Amino acid sequence: MYWNFVAVGYVAVYGGVVAYALWLLARGRRLSSQVPEERRRFLD
Amino acid sequence: MLRDAWLMAVKDLRIEFATRVVTGQILPFGALVLILFGFSISPDLTVVGTDRRSMLAQAAPGLFWVTVLLAALLALGRAFAVESADGNLDALKMAGLDPAGIFLGKVAAVAVQLLLLEVVLGLGAFLLYATPLHDPVMLLTTVILATAGITAAGTLYAALASGLRVRDTLVPLLVLPVLAPVLLAAGLATQAAVFGSADNGWLWTALLGVFALIYLAVGMLAFGLIMEES
Amino acid sequence: MTATSSKVTRVIGYSALAFTALALLFGLVISGPEVNMRDSVRLLYVHVPSILTAYLCFGITLVGSVIYLRNRSTFWDLVAGSAAEVGTLYLAFALITGAVWGKPTWGTYWEWDPRLTSTAVMFIMYLGYLALRRMELPHEVRSRRAAVLGVVNIINVIVVHYSVQWWRGLHQGRTFGLDPQIRDMQYFSWFLGTVALGLIAAWLIIHRFRVGWLERQLDEIHLEEALVERRGEGV
Repeated sequence: MYWNFVAVGYVAVYGGVVAYALWLLARGRRLSSQVPEERRRFLD
Repeated sequence: MLRDAWLMAVKDLRIEFATRVVTGQILPFGALVLILFGFSISPDLTVVGTDRRSMLAQAAPGLFWVTVLLAALLALGRAFAVESADGNLDALKMAGLDPAGIFLGKVAAVAVQLLLLEVVLGLGAFLLYATPLHDPVMLLTTVILATAGITAAGTLYAALASGLRVRDTLVPLLVLPVLAPVLLAAGLATQAAVFGSADNGWLWTALLGVFALIYLAVGMLAFGLIMEES
Repeated sequence: MTATSSKVTRVIGYSALAFTALALLFGLVISGPEVNMRDSVRLLYVHVPSILTAYLCFGITLVGSVIYLRNRSTFWDLVAGSAAEVGTLYLAFALITGAVWGKPTWGTYWEWDPRLTSTAVMFIMYLGYLALRRMELPHEVRSRRAAVLGVVNIINVIVVHYSVQWWRGLHQGRTFGLDPQIRDMQYFSWFLGTVALGLIAAWLIIHRFRVGWLERQLDEIHLEEALVERRGEGV
């Protein structure tokens, strides 16, 4: 019984982190293709 | 600064007197909310195991303050809708008015309107929910201090969210969580004032006073930053 | 590699992965159940780190907001915003894990416990901060208002915290009196969870910052293009 709750909690946290990270990476890739090289300061 | 505050307050109240938005629209809305609470919590329900008063009467202090908060949101939105129309805040700043004075003036004008709303809605709550009145002095203190807190924090946040777009939906989201302590304290102090319950109502009015002072101070300090070239 | 990653984020990212693997191994497999909470104690290895990291993020937001108000740099504005977004996400994790921990422990998902209540209110306050950052206003105006809110929010959090505590305090004692029998292995699992979620937060904040930076650049490019077009029409 306890394990069900544990599973929900862990999936929420680590799943949430992964979803947010993937969204950030996809958005970063899409945006940076539109921004020219000389404006990409703070990216290295 | 106080002279600027006076000018601002008089200006806002003149606009209200000419347009009658608070008395003509917000007040009827508040009364409607009080009636809707009566529909949602049946007046026949009583709490098992306690006194014979209806559940509605027992919940009356909280319901009254929720109603006041909803009405205050509308009044606050109105206070800044008046300004953002044609960059009025810019004009006020150009005119050399002190930002802290503008803030205090706004707070005073909204507070006057809110007090009027609270008197009428309070009478409505007593009539509709059949609540007793144990300690009128405590009730009056609660109402005044809570109004100061609601308008001080509310004006600060309404200014943060002022602008031509999105404002209407953003103000409630920003203001209501901040006012949670006011609802808490005012609800409990009012409970003590009307029922004479065991809880120490004066402690809660003290919390309301502290809250009002904090947000008056923060507002006076922050208003200059918010208004700067916006 | 992807556009917003760099050497630094790759190092942080891989160590975050390694620590996550360790945290899962120790938290779910190696460490044992606790005497009172049984296996639900494992939720605390993500719950407590989430809250701690969220507080740390809001601290960064506060610092970033104060520095922004002093020097008005895009950098600190974006730092404050990125940390607030990640902090709000972690606060959501803390609320979710707290609820699923509460169900087997207290029997309910929600208790009107002072800490729970003020955390929920704080969560909504930061949602409001993030909403303010999305308002359609000129950059400087929006950043300045966000910075003011970033500072004032901390005052709110303190006021709400104490008034809620007082509220429950006057009414009843603490809602739960569990005396956790946490042992070495459990402390270690909790520590690993903290490091893993902390590193992940750092990775997320840096990437969020870079996405924000790119968004800002793109806005400026569009503005410049619009200006050029205007001038073209004028001639």
